[in-house]
Amino acid sequence: MIRVVLPAHLRTLAHVDGEVKLQVDAPVTQRSVLDALEARYPMLCGCIRDHHSGRRRAFIRFFACELDLSHEQPDAPLPEAVVTGAEPYLVVGAMAGG
Amino acid sequence: MSRVRVLVGTRKGAFVLNADGKRDRWDVSGPFFAGWEIYHVKGSTADPDRLFASQTSGWFGQVIQRSDDGGATWEPVGNKFDYATEPGTHQWYDGTPHPWEFARVWHLEPAPGDPDTVYAGVEDAGLFKSTDGGQSWAELPGLRTHKSGPDWAPGAGGMCLHTIILDPAHPDRIFTAISAAGAFRSDDAGQTWQPVNRGLHSEGIPDEDAEVGHCVHRLAMHPARPEVLYMQKHWDVMRSDNAGDSWHEVSGNLPTDFGFPIDVHAHEPDTIYVVPITSDSHHFPPEGKLRVYRSRTGGDDWEPLTRGLPQEHCYVNVLRDAMTVDSLDECGVYFGTTGGQVYASADAGDTWAPIVRDLPAVLSVEVQTLS
Repeated sequence: MIRVVLPAHLRTLAHVDGEVKLQVDAPVTQRSVLDALEARYPMLCGCIRDHHSGRRRAFIRFFACELDLSHEQPDAPLPEAVVTGAEPYLVVGAMAGG
Repeated sequence: MSRVRVLVGTRKGAFVLNADGKRDRWDVSGPFFAGWEIYHVKGSTADPDRLFASQTSGWFGQVIQRSDDGGATWEPVGNKFDYATEPGTHQWYDGTPHPWEFARVWHLEPAPGDPDTVYAGVEDAGLFKSTDGGQSWAELPGLRTHKSGPDWAPGAGGMCLHTIILDPAHPDRIFTAISAAGAFRSDDAGQTWQPVNRGLHSEGIPDEDAEVGHCVHRLAMHPARPEVLYMQKHWDVMRSDNAGDSWHEVSGNLPTDFGFPIDVHAHEPDTIYVVPITSDSHHFPPEGKLRVYRSRTGGDDWEPLTRGLPQEHCYVNVLRDAMTVDSLDECGVYFGTTGGQVYASADAGDTWAPIVRDLPAVLSVEVQTLS
């Protein structure tokens, strides 16, 4: 199972507590994980990736295994530790403020 | 006994304020959607328990929320606002062409008679319509694709379609206003549009009486007299007696004619309200005194309304969608400030009292009159 951690505002919007666990067929990529996430929680559509371009929203970041995956290709394989569920895939609202 | 429900959108959530017809004791609930910007919340007149809210965030984009129980519970509905045709370009701040990009919903206007039909005014300027209670949205592209569209430019707050007025006497007639393009009218249910800005005069644009390019802040209409429109322009309070075909200034004796909201008394079509603001660079009231001005003559002759409002050291603003009126026998008037106060008057503006004092900055105020 893929473990996904959402920022607090999106957990509230999706009515979930804690991590989301998703069954995702191989190959497991950022695109396939986010597709599965949005299929289960359609209210998140447009809040992580832009409706029109499909690209990551500007102030959203994707982290896993202490790596910033935000600029990786969406169809690149995710780290094995994410695929096995050892590590979560983090959807992060970028820090802002003074 | 009749009661009222005030719907408040703020920079950090929505609030619902309930009172009976006396409007002196209030039950405050919220914040709903805490931490999100709530540009507008409005109820359907066809089903007063149906409310729509525009929830938006620089991080997470646009969400539309719907309540079917008067604001007790909410569910997200459709948030996909696709321009119907190739978006094209409008003017950017530096005068270069800029692609039309959806940013957020500024205003939601439920249609009378059908709780499933609602219009949305968006930034970058476009008009959308849903006929399934907000689940899906389709643009009425005739406005955005008006021949003048490539010349439209954003105001300081973005190129927003912020005002939608549905003419109760002419079901196919719609008025909209866009900052900073101006006012537009459709007589065929939104298929085609014409600018209705004749008589506007705006310093700060190359052609001061141009057909488009005016920074219209708000339009208002009394439903019993739909051919009469009132306008708070960037500077100037204006009036049209022919559904926007021409306008004349009615700023009269106002201390300043800059401001954002304008509204009409529920039972007196010639009684109108504005909140004068010092200037476009001083977004606060003159002399630190928060004064609503009322005209009982359809403009020109204005009186300050001050009882219960701060008359010293007040430096808040009142935004374009943050004033409204109820339809009780003694018309109630409400407005919210960027300082987080929501003021109510249960006597048509003669006296005021705060309902709440410390909300986040108020973006919008609407009221429902309930039986």
